[in-house]
Amino acid sequence: MDFFDRFTIPPHDDPMLYASIVAIGLVSIAIVFGVTYFKKWGYLWSEWLTTVDHKRIGIMYIISALLMLFRGGADAVMMRLQTAVPDNSFLDAQHYNEVFTTHGVVMIFFMAMAFIIGMMNFVVPLQIGARDVAFPRLNALSFWLYFAGAMLFNLSFVIGGSPDAGWTNYYPLAGTDFSEHVGVNYYNWALQISGIGTLMTGINFIATIMKMRAPGMTLMKMPMFTWSALITNLIIVFAFPVLTIALLMGTLDRQFFTNFFTTGDGGMDMMWANLFWIWGHPEVYILILPAFGIYSQIIATFSQRNLYGYKSMVASMVIISLLSFMVWVHHFFTMGQGAVANSIFSITTMAIAVPTGIKIFNWLLTMWKGKIRFTTPMMYSVAFIPLFTIGGVTGVMLAIASADYQYHNTMFLVAHFHNVIIPGVVFAMIAGLIYYWPKMFGFLLNERIGKWAFWNIVIGFCLSFFPMYITGLNGQARRMYTYSEASGFGPLSMVSFFGALLLAVGFALIVYNVYYSFRYAPRNVGDDPWNARSLEWATHNPVPEYNFAITPNVNSSEAFWDYKKNGHDLFKGGIKDIHMPNNSGWSIILAGIFFVFAFCFVFHVWVGVIIAFVGIISCLLYRSFEKDDGHHIHKEEIEETEKKFGGAE
Amino acid sequence: MKLKWAYLAFLTGIAGLLAGCEPLLVLNPKGPQAETTANVIWLSIFTMSFIVVAVLVMLAVILFKYRASKQDPDYEPPHIEGNKYVEGIIVTIPILIVAFLSVVSTISTHQVESPPEGYSEDEPVVIYASSSNWKWHFSYPEQDIETVNYVFIPTNQNVEFRLYSHGTISSFWIPQLAGQKYAMADMTNYMNVVAEEPGEYMGRNSNFNGEGFAENEFTVTALPPSEFDSWVEDIHNTADPLTEEKFEELLEPGHLGQMTFTGTHLEFKPAPEGENSPHDHGGSSDSEENGGHHHH
Repeated sequence: MDFFDRFTIPPHDDPMLYASIVAIGLVSIAIVFGVTYFKKWGYLWSEWLTTVDHKRIGIMYIISALLMLFRGGADAVMMRLQTAVPDNSFLDAQHYNEVFTTHGVVMIFFMAMAFIIGMMNFVVPLQIGARDVAFPRLNALSFWLYFAGAMLFNLSFVIGGSPDAGWTNYYPLAGTDFSEHVGVNYYNWALQISGIGTLMTGINFIATIMKMRAPGMTLMKMPMFTWSALITNLIIVFAFPVLTIALLMGTLDRQFFTNFFTTGDGGMDMMWANLFWIWGHPEVYILILPAFGIYSQIIATFSQRNLYGYKSMVASMVIISLLSFMVWVHHFFTMGQGAVANSIFSITTMAIAVPTGIKIFNWLLTMWKGKIRFTTPMMYSVAFIPLFTIGGVTGVMLAIASADYQYHNTMFLVAHFHNVIIPGVVFAMIAGLIYYWPKMFGFLLNERIGKWAFWNIVIGFCLSFFPMYITGLNGQARRMYTYSEASGFGPLSMVSFFGALLLAVGFALIVYNVYYSFRYAPRNVGDDPWNARSLEWATHNPVPEYNFAITPNVNSSEAFWDYKKNGHDLFKGGIKDIHMPNNSGWSIILAGIFFVFAFCFVFHVWVGVIIAFVGIISCLLYRSFEKDDGHHIHKEEIEETEKKFGGAE
Repeated sequence: MKLKWAYLAFLTGIAGLLAGCEPLLVLNPKGPQAETTANVIWLSIFTMSFIVVAVLVMLAVILFKYRASKQDPDYEPPHIEGNKYVEGIIVTIPILIVAFLSVVSTISTHQVESPPEGYSEDEPVVIYASSSNWKWHFSYPEQDIETVNYVFIPTNQNVEFRLYSHGTISSFWIPQLAGQKYAMADMTNYMNVVAEEPGEYMGRNSNFNGEGFAENEFTVTALPPSEFDSWVEDIHNTADPLTEEKFEELLEPGHLGQMTFTGTHLEFKPAPEGENSPHDHGGSSDSEENGGHHHH
């Protein structure tokens, strides 16, 4: 059967792969069976799959991000295991190439992006005193498109074969001349549909933050995380269309024989690299700015002081966002564009160190004269400062073009970007998750287990990545599936492997902590367990569906602190009926059709593509003519809920 | 506190490992280009350690002094908006450091992109280095010979490598002699390399290009000019000529080990430069200037 041949994976003599396929199958069956057995399909559908509530969408993003963290983390451990000793044969070259490609794509697009967007979803409307985002239905569609993209990408592993050209997917390597199987088609389509979701998130959050802030909250009175979210979403709206078009050009090259990135017939392979990084460098700041926002909230809270230099914090983020579009060439100083162009991009790149440095000093000055409490979120934030500084200064080292000719494509680079992304983004997301956990679920995660996880993760991180700086300077190129004993990379690579194991233990402890705290943690933590400062803490834990019973009245970026300490009147007037959006299955259905569309496209099943396309258009038409005015939560119901939380304000 | 000690212990450990090892390739240069980059790297390491240490000390002092367990339970931290002098300082110092490094970057980048000082007057030895999956082909147009996966160069003479690819993008790198540059299918890149010490050096493609990437290495042997000349002569006496048919065979994906031929493939398959380049990058004079390369 010719038709079915395309779905088989390219031959691997690797029992691991078949073991994983069986494992994936069994887990899927177990989930379906479990939900059916406990009769939870109805609950799942009406409360989660069709929800438009920003808090639940945020939680679903974060759960997906954590799942992807474990998928990408398993890849990472496999890579460190393969390279732990010289001439190892745990993975063959092709399998290793698929593993590191998958690791990169999963961690950036499906873990980090989902984590920051999930965090923004949960926190931003609460921080600005809104009931939801500007377009709740669109928000659900964003999530489900992301989810469809993530699932499609993970399917490549078992049907058709994974992409193997690196997460940067450079042409002509990613073209059909050198990567024949469907792996790169999966890359194109999975990123395409989740990228469209991200773009819609960008528009949605800009509208939300610009139009839905509580009375009194001028732009310069927004909490810092909201500022970071605003700037991040502006970057998203400018950067993601570039990726959309680049992926489309790649698809046309691979599936319709065009020559955008081929080496013959007028194509230009480096055009992909340029387009990819014109999106890719701003992407770095899309990830890190929300992390900066989280740290600003946490450091202020646990230093029990206001954030130092609010204005310069905002200004530095604006400058970073502008500079982020002017540095992309530093990803290929070695392309041969000459000393003049390289010097210019070298200087713009180093310039980013200035606003970033301001932020580091502002966090230090926030702790200065404070009263510092070492809770788990604060410990991640404190560890972030020196570790991120090291990541930052090695970034400046890489920005010196002449020196980059030696660092480029080596483990030094790998060490650097993990050194900014892990203490920068990952620590922030874990810290943020622990910090906002009571807002999400009404209880605190256990601090003792949390601190064990913290030390494993911090020490594991250092052991994993610091040795790579050294092996990089010793001539170890990245992405090599193995190396000779004579190269001398062996001992330090072994250290890296141990570090990876510690990291794995750390993350496993976080999961155990969730289980442990779910069973044993006390439920009466109150509404303000951290003695926090900004507006999101002025409502209950867990947050009721409508967020605030009465729309708050804000006079500063620390409205809740003013309310507690300075007698600011946060809630004026009485409880009224609240207008809320309706749940809808439209988003998940549309995203499901997108999934079918993309899957059929990957395999050139044109009948399926056409049917799905008609389905997509039908959904859009249906939505255009649908009448949905939402519903009201009545005053009595709100009063009832508020009473349960211990009385309305 | 525990945190600080953990870091200190870790940094000492790293330093110990560093001291115990052979000098790292990139920091053990054998030619002026690699020496320039090694100096720049050391300079940036020292400058950057100053920043890291400053941040670490500030953090340690602040954490020690202002931790809650050490303070009066009644202590209420003050509200501080910011101070324009303090903020002026934290802006100015990074700007000064970055300005300094910008100058270093611009000067050193121009240096390594041109023939090294003292060698710029001489006519360079031209060697074409082209990559195919997963091999390097070295063509010597003047000597009329070609090698695979190894290259001999004369010491104390400027060698101009002209880099391109027969397929995927690769990156030509000899850590002890010079930093890397891409070899691509549709344009030729130029790189000046001088070896000042005879010896055998590791060279490789550092840009991922598929299944055979890990073994995509070559050796560089630098030897005194007189020995280089007799090596060339030897090849003319012993090696077979490279035919078009044979070369097409060599281009097939795979690994070949080291090979030697007389003649070069440039005669029947020229490099993508000048009129043979599919993209003339907006006029040849312009592209050459941008490439930092001066034709004779």
